[in-house]
Amino acid sequence: MTRNRLIRPRTVRILWVLFTLLLALSVVAEIFIHTHARFGIEGSFGFHAWFGGAACIGIIVIARFLGLFLKRRDTYYDD
Amino acid sequence: MISALHPGLALLLGALLLPLVKPGMRPLLVLGTPLVTLLLIWNIPDGSPGSLAFMGYQLEPLRNDSLSRLFATIFGIMALGGGLFALRTATLPELVAAKLYAASAIGVVYAGDFISLFICWELMLTGSTLVIWSAASSTAHHAGTRYLMVHLFGGMLLMVGIIGHVGQTGSLSFEAMQADSWGRWFIIGGFLLNTAAPPLSAWLPDAYPEASPSGAVFLSAFTTKAAVYTLMRGFPGTELLVYVGLFMIFYGIIYAMLENDMRRILAYSIVNQVGFMVAGIGIGTTMALNGAAAHAFAHIIYKGLLFMSAGSVLYMTGRRKCTDLGGLFQSMPVTTLCAIVGAISISGFPLTSGFISKSMVVEAAADQQLAVIWFLLIAASAGVFLHAGVKFPWFVFFHRDSGLRPPDPPLSMRIAMILFAGLCIGIGVAPATLYNLLPYPVEYLPYTGAHVVQTLQLLLFSGLAFFLMLPVLRRTLTITLDSDWFYRRLLPLGVQRLLARSQPLDTAIRHRAGGIVKGVIAALSRYHAPRGFLARTWPTGSMVLWVAVLLGAYLLAYLFST
Repeated sequence: MTRNRLIRPRTVRILWVLFTLLLALSVVAEIFIHTHARFGIEGSFGFHAWFGGAACIGIIVIARFLGLFLKRRDTYYDD
Repeated sequence: MISALHPGLALLLGALLLPLVKPGMRPLLVLGTPLVTLLLIWNIPDGSPGSLAFMGYQLEPLRNDSLSRLFATIFGIMALGGGLFALRTATLPELVAAKLYAASAIGVVYAGDFISLFICWELMLTGSTLVIWSAASSTAHHAGTRYLMVHLFGGMLLMVGIIGHVGQTGSLSFEAMQADSWGRWFIIGGFLLNTAAPPLSAWLPDAYPEASPSGAVFLSAFTTKAAVYTLMRGFPGTELLVYVGLFMIFYGIIYAMLENDMRRILAYSIVNQVGFMVAGIGIGTTMALNGAAAHAFAHIIYKGLLFMSAGSVLYMTGRRKCTDLGGLFQSMPVTTLCAIVGAISISGFPLTSGFISKSMVVEAAADQQLAVIWFLLIAASAGVFLHAGVKFPWFVFFHRDSGLRPPDPPLSMRIAMILFAGLCIGIGVAPATLYNLLPYPVEYLPYTGAHVVQTLQLLLFSGLAFFLMLPVLRRTLTITLDSDWFYRRLLPLGVQRLLARSQPLDTAIRHRAGGIVKGVIAALSRYHAPRGFLARTWPTGSMVLWVAVLLGAYLLAYLFST
């Protein structure tokens, strides 16, 4: 089976480079816009970037933790 | 008398006629009746065109204002788009049920009194249960029955609340209320159950994913958003709703993160999105209410689109688990693109409908100086991108090559998806079209430099977190226990245990009672059985002897007593 152009390692590398550039660009752009912080740390540089990333990692960790107790094999209710 | 035609009647008529017409005529009814409904919605004047006498009450089944019109419009659009998507695959019973479902949801948003509201509420339950059962599998049958039970309980809460409320106030009119009496709390309970609020949220991810590919599209739209409408109409600014909404938001994200079934991911995502609306209603300012209404409108379109793309995958592959899917972008380009449009819309990327609707709710929290709530809503916005924006399309269409090469679904399904994808982008590009429909004047500018940049930061870094944590997010063949465990496992187990425990006692009681009954029968048979003492045949002589003895005894008694 031929590999689709989009999932060849070279393309994936290029996509990562582009994604990193976008990430950097979104943070750098903050210098050029007028922001209006209302709550304490909201005014810190790149707040939405670091807060968004941290929130996601937090959500994944909490989900994994709850999963330890709540996950069952998917035939659980069929038995 | 009512001087205008109720828009829901066109759909109801469609439901009644569908089984009677030839199969070739069905598309005309499926697509034509929602168009007539939309036409009627946009031609009835504001206010109430009259009332209807019913068992001594004056009913107001058609009360129109901007809020009712907004919800009726989106329900009409959904009936049209969902009908187009369902045309090729749905069975006749499903098409009929879906029409009844849409008609009654429109009935709910026009009901000006509690009796009309309750009747439409229960008709909506009938329609939705039939849609689930239309999938005609045993799992759908069981899930539909559980769905019906939970909602009958919800209907009972609503009924008790209405009786209490009407008893206290003497008014049947469905207007904005304060949550200050037990009757009204029951009404809130009935409404909240339909939004999939805790503690019974599990009915939604239990039932919706068991419907047919097109059935789930209809289900994703009506019940929860009709409930959002009733909360917005009846209880704006009720503080409890803020916390209920926040719970729903995070519950939806966390359960969706743990889920393996693609349509269950989307089902949890409905709870998450409805949470934003419920929280907005709880904040209760005009900005928050506008935001909740706009979000309901936008959500129905992008969630319908996401369910269409998942339904297309299910229809073409017969598979629904992320562990079985992946790499489908190679052979299903249209479905993949439409799923991505739905995913970026739900995440609120600039130029999509989510960007201009959800941000109003978040902004309303900031305007009210609700710092903690604002931080939670921002974190949740990142979480939405995580579970619905990236996880769903990634594991279904990309991730790894499952080896499956199904083509895109048939033309009518593709057109429905493209239509809804167009609406997602159209609303995002020209927000005024939606803002002009909202219940209050809008003074909010979504496209400011700060908002665009901050949203991009939030979403892009959420995406980064997803890909960095990808090894932790490996899919497993699991489900996650939810509140349905109580009635699917604990209750049956409890009944079994109770029966097992009570069996020795039951046997002992039966044994003892049997002994007593046997004793009575033995005693009776000793005297009365064919050979019993009292049932024997006695010779005539013995009778004469005994009569002589009795007479003798009587004589003696007489002699001695005188």
